[in-house]
This record gives sequence, structure tokens and C-alpha cells, in this order.
Amino acid sequence: MRSDFWRRFLENRMAVAGSVVVLALFVVSLFAPWLAPYDPSAIDLEKVLMPPSGDHWLGTDPLGRDVLSRMIWGARISLKVGFVATGIAILIGAVLGAVAGYYGGWTDAVIMRFVDIMLCFPAFFLILAVIAILEPSIWNIMLIIGVTGWMGITRLVRADFISLKERDFVLAARVIGASDLRIIFVHILPNAMASVLVTATLGVAGAILTESALSFLGIGVQPPTPSWGNILTAGKDNIDIAWWLSLYPGLAILVTVLGYNLLGEGLRDALDPRLR
Amino acid sequence: MLSYLGKRLLFMAPMLIGITIICFAVMHLAPGSPTDLQTQMNPRASAEAKERLRALYDLDKPLPQQYWLWVKKLAVLDLGRSFSPDRRPVSDKILERLPITITLNVLSLLLIVAIAIPIGVLAAVHQDAWFDRATSVFVFIGFAMPTFWLALLLMILFGIHLGWLPISGIRSLNAEYMRPAAAFWDLVRHLILPVLLSAFGGLAGLSRYMRANMLEVIRQDYIMTARAKGLSERTVIYRHALRNALLPVITILGLSIPGLIGGSVIFETIFAIPGMGQLFYMSVMARDYPVVMGILFIGAVLTLLGNLIADVSYALADPRIRVS
Repeated sequence: MRSDFWRRFLENRMAVAGSVVVLALFVVSLFAPWLAPYDPSAIDLEKVLMPPSGDHWLGTDPLGRDVLSRMIWGARISLKVGFVATGIAILIGAVLGAVAGYYGGWTDAVIMRFVDIMLCFPAFFLILAVIAILEPSIWNIMLIIGVTGWMGITRLVRADFISLKERDFVLAARVIGASDLRIIFVHILPNAMASVLVTATLGVAGAILTESALSFLGIGVQPPTPSWGNILTAGKDNIDIAWWLSLYPGLAILVTVLGYNLLGEGLRDALDPRLR
Repeated sequence: MLSYLGKRLLFMAPMLIGITIICFAVMHLAPGSPTDLQTQMNPRASAEAKERLRALYDLDKPLPQQYWLWVKKLAVLDLGRSFSPDRRPVSDKILERLPITITLNVLSLLLIVAIAIPIGVLAAVHQDAWFDRATSVFVFIGFAMPTFWLALLLMILFGIHLGWLPISGIRSLNAEYMRPAAAFWDLVRHLILPVLLSAFGGLAGLSRYMRANMLEVIRQDYIMTARAKGLSERTVIYRHALRNALLPVITILGLSIPGLIGGSVIFETIFAIPGMGQLFYMSVMARDYPVVMGILFIGAVLTLLGNLIADVSYALADPRIRVS
């Protein structure tokens, strides 16, 4: 079973390419202080808006800071936001989905109507409305993206629970006197994790996209903390003179999101070939 | 059909109540009082004046009563007054900007349908051929594309380097003095990039969905029957298969509405289009809570309406839905 999974996963070239991108990003984030050629916040007003050159491979920004170094540190931010936001979404989504699927009846009806209502809000509207009230800091951004993005996971986990709770191993657990909580979290939930893992991988990609859009609009990660999105803001402000500020950070976002998406799809195909 | 419509409308009522509760909850997430922002900037505001302001927004009453008062006003579309210096009614501010946003979104939706459906159908009919492979690459890139970045690149290319298209607003400064045809062309030129970009996000999803749908339909028995009785491949695909594969697209379009409306914040801000999305962004920046809450509510109601229209059209197109 397990070796089957790896064989199918490694045969999928796209999935392997995705994993390489994701791994590379981990390495870059981890070693950012050593990889970045300059201090990402070192202002040099003599080198403002320099185009890419041997000294500054990806040019400099309006404050003379090295764009490559800021992008390397920005990778850390993306990774952090992607994982924490998705973690929050999984936590909420898995618990609500498990409870709804396991208990059924009224509990299920109430939780699922809540999901339907939440899905009525354009996600970006809900996020922006909450930002208007809370301060736009990196922690609030993660929290908000997580709290507004758990609905898909709830539906998924609920569907898994509805079919899994009829299985014999659940009956067996009940017979030996396991409590509801124990059955839900120790016996059923681990069996529902496969689909959660796939959704979570795609969710990291979505969270990174959302964070970069928010930072681009100036309501996400606040300068001087570098993020791919807020470098692009400088790109828009200098759109007619500094193309490099617009090109490279966006490319980084595109490749990163593509990497997580390919990884997620690869995981799905390898975990359940019937879904192809 | 009428009973279906009735059932569907009845189902909307609890959703609408839920939407108001969530809007109200978001509004009260604020630490302190939403009116603090207006008074903290003003050192001369006395405690008494602050109380009066709180009373003006009903903030001095218990929460359930506040909710009830708010919903009662909402029922007659009274969303309160903006915190901005003009103090205009929120509903006026939103309504004057809503037509632009809806026009842009409808145009994008039409563009998505016009492009994604042929792509999906062709990819399915020529499964695994070069076109299908090219489509799947496009779909993957489309899903991963930060569209605001694509907007920047297209602005640099078409707006600045080539100078073909304007990159800001919806009309030129001298549009008033143009002849009607020229003014219309001016408007079209301003809308090309925003509509194209806001459609881009939906293209990948719908073409992928259309392909999967078409592949499933082609495997059905009635397609085999159509082929067996000797119909041309063209008739089989475009008359028998396509019609059945198109039906579920209605639902998908309904589901894509929140994404489109949400995206209007980004595109209207980038391209300086005076629509509801731009108003939302400006109100978030200015912490104009009544406007923020008003647009949050309107956005959810628009989604609800979009889904209703999608469901009803589906039922009109497919009698099986009405019965079950």
C-alpha cells in the first residue's frame, strides 16, 4: 500500500517537479540569512531603482534595497503564512466536519447551514472586512485567511465521516467502550486524513496567493517586512520605470503556487488513483 | 416549476438571516467601539459627545436589541451613513457604483463562457492530443497565476511599452467632448484589460470542468446509440453530447460569482475603476465601517441571488431537477 503510493507518486513527473519546487522553497526560507547577498532592509539611497546588474541580480527598489535579498526573505513570509493559515483552516474544518458527520441530525444540519452561509460571502470581502477592524499584521493575516477558509475541509471531512462511521472498526471501538471523542479523533479522523492532506496542500497555495494579493493592496504584510506582495506594490508605483520590481516577485508567486498545486494533485492521484 | 421556485425562495430566508448575523458579528469584532475612530482624533470630543455619537449608532443598547434595530433598517435598505466627511447614506454610495461592478462581472462571465466552453469541448474531443495537453498546461498556470501580477505585466506591455490601451479609469478626460461612437470606443478600450483579467481567473476552472464533463457524457449509452445509428461524429458531439454536458455549467457559473465579485476589489483598485470594489477598498483603508458592512452584506446577497438564478435556470433547462 505504502510502496504503491510512492511508486505512483514518483512516476508522476509533474508531482515530482512540484515537490522539488516546494523543497527548494523550504531550503531558501531556512537558509535565508546565509543565501541573501545583502541585508534585506539595508537602505542605500545612492542605489535607488537600479536595474538588474552584476551587483544586484534582480535590481534594487525605491529605497535602494536589494530585490533578490528581499525576495529570499519574502519566501519565509509566504511559507509561514501558507502553513499557519492552512493549519488554522484544517483545525476548524476537521473538528466541525468530524462532529457534523459523526453525530448527524440537528448538529449536522446546523453546521452545514453555517458552511453554506459562510460560502455566500465572497472570501476576499470577508477577509477585507475583518482587516478593516483588526490591524493588518502578519499574525492577523494568517488568522483571517484561516478563519475564512475552512469550509471546503468541513465538507470533505464530513463526507468521509459519514461513510467511515458505518465501518466495522468503529463498531468494534464502540463495543470495547471507547468514548465518542476517542472514536472521532483516534479511530476515524486518521482515516480521513488522506483527503485532508490533498486539500491542505492546495490550501497552502491558495493562502500564499491571498496573502500576496493583500500585501500588494497594502493591507497584508506591512513594510519594512519584505513579502512578495509588497515588493509588487513598489512595482506598481514605479510601473513606468522599474519593470524588474513587477516581474520577479510575481514569477516567484506563480512558481510557488504552481509547485504546491502540482504536489497536491500528485498526492491526490497517488493516494486514490480512481479519482483521476 | 412554481412550487420549485417557492421552495427555493423559502430556503433563502434562513440564509439571509445567517448573512445578517455574520455581518453583525464581524462588525462587533472591533475592540472598543466603532465610533472611537471618529472621536479619538478629536481631543475636544467630550465624554458626553462620545455618548451621543454612540447613541446615534445605537451602540449604547444591548447587543440583541442592536441587532434587531440594525436588521429593521436593513429591511428597508437603510445601511446608515458613511463615516467619511460627506456623511452620505451608505446605500446611495453603493448603489451609484453597483452598475459598473455588475457590468464588469457580467462581461467577464460572458467572456469566460465564450472561451472556456469551446476549449473544454475541444480538449475532451481530442483527448490526449496536443491541444488537450496545451490546455492542461494552461489550466495549471491559470490556477497558479496571481492575476494582479498579470494585470501589472499587461499594463506594462500594452499600456506603457506599446501604448495601445489606457491603464486607468473607465473613460478618458476628454470623453465628454467626444462624439457618441468615439466615446463608446473609448469606454471599450478602458474595459478590455480589466474584463480580460477578471475573466482569466475563471477560465482555467471552467474549461477543466467542461472537459471532464464532456468526457463523462461521451461515455454514456445514448452517445453509443447515436453513433450506432450512424450519425456523423459532428452531430453526435455537438448536438447530443454538448447539450448534456452544458447543463451543469450553469451551476458552476453560479458558484463562480463570489470569486468574481471578490476579485472586483483587486481589479477596480489596480485600474482605478469607480465601482463597488474600489469603494470597498477605500472604505477598508479609511475604516469607514458602515460602508464596509454595507458592501459585505450586499456582496453576500448578490452571491445568494446569483445562486438562485443559477438554480432556477437549471430547473428550467432540466425538468428532472424540478421533480426531485
